[in-house]
Amino acid sequence: MPEERELVIVGSGPAGLTAALYAARANLEPVVIEGLEAGGQLMLTSDVENYPGFPDGILGPELMTKFREQAGRFGAEFVTADADRVDLSSSLFGAWVGETEYRSHALIVATGASARMLGLESESALLGHGVSTCATCDGFFFREKPIAVVGGGDSAVEEAIFLTKFATKVTIVHRRDELRASKIMQERAFANSKIEFRWNSVVEEVVGNGRVDSLKLRDTVTDAPSEMAVQGLFVAIGHDPNTKLFEGQLEMDENGYLSLPHAGSTRTSIEGVFAGGDVADAVFRQAITAAGTGCMAAMEAERWLEAKKHAEATAAAT
Amino acid sequence: MGDDLITVTDATFDESVGGADTPVLVDFWAEWCGPCKMIAPVLEEIASDHKGQIAIAKLNVDENPETARRFDVMSIPTLMVFKGGEPVKRLVGAKGKGQLLQDLAEFIG
Repeated sequence: MPEERELVIVGSGPAGLTAALYAARANLEPVVIEGLEAGGQLMLTSDVENYPGFPDGILGPELMTKFREQAGRFGAEFVTADADRVDLSSSLFGAWVGETEYRSHALIVATGASARMLGLESESALLGHGVSTCATCDGFFFREKPIAVVGGGDSAVEEAIFLTKFATKVTIVHRRDELRASKIMQERAFANSKIEFRWNSVVEEVVGNGRVDSLKLRDTVTDAPSEMAVQGLFVAIGHDPNTKLFEGQLEMDENGYLSLPHAGSTRTSIEGVFAGGDVADAVFRQAITAAGTGCMAAMEAERWLEAKKHAEATAAAT
Repeated sequence: MGDDLITVTDATFDESVGGADTPVLVDFWAEWCGPCKMIAPVLEEIASDHKGQIAIAKLNVDENPETARRFDVMSIPTLMVFKGGEPVKRLVGAKGKGQLLQDLAEFIG
């Protein structure tokens, strides 16, 4: 027997939990399918310095715990598992978690984005043995060791700076000759004596057996190969939107981000399905913008449900 | 923390884990690790649901670096199952309850 609900929210980062807060306060009794990466990307960060209201900064996991508590206080219900499948083809949207089937009149997609990997065989073989995607989790294990961070954006630079607390030397390996990171992060990186740069370079192979010994690099300009001795590799080369679940059902752009065809609205290509946060935002990707669009999605879902009910009542009366 | 979890340290590891009658799943974790916090409540549930089949122990790698080094733990959360003190299974990274139960099926079947 499916469980019928007004609103199901898929995802539990700043967008999903803000949507849950607003929807719960509007008495929509939302079910939040949190996912295995519950809390989203902020669960993998340390200090969040740019979320307003926390002048001294706050730890990412702590901020998300507060988000969740606040939504829970107003009656949002949480399911800590991944949604396995969705069906958006009928007016009662279906979402499956294992054996449980949820049917809802409105759906908010807030599945966010996840860290991208290099896609090398040697990288996955050594994951957890010197290759990491979480500097705040694993930096500790690289005390007094030379390591590399691959990437050139804010998260790569932030991780590199964080890792200098532990490592003897952190080399940022980047495929271009300049960073994409924000000015303030760049300045911090250039000022840090423990950080070095390997420009125009890509990682071809992680070398080591049961541990990382070195990286095989290739110069993107000259094609020249080289090898660099490091004992750890942190991968921070950006994110991919988590939209696999919706392939063939919701419109997306060529990078997999959900398309929002109506300017200034979180409506997706299917009526009654709304999207908030990074899953539909390749540009800003901030906790605060995700919270903002999550709020918009909840308010639009509420209005849409209201209109749907009104239309059904009118149809029944005539 | 739930009553069904044990805390082990560098000093107590061999006695607690080696001397256990059931397999022991050791959760290598630390305060600063977001994914570790994510799986903590799931481990509590598994510990109480499968009492007698598997014991679940927490080892803080920050306070107990020796044991972490001994088993080459380079990433947390790492979950290792020990039988008679010998490691028999190793899981790296946070997973949901369903996935974990599947990975641990041979011990809690």
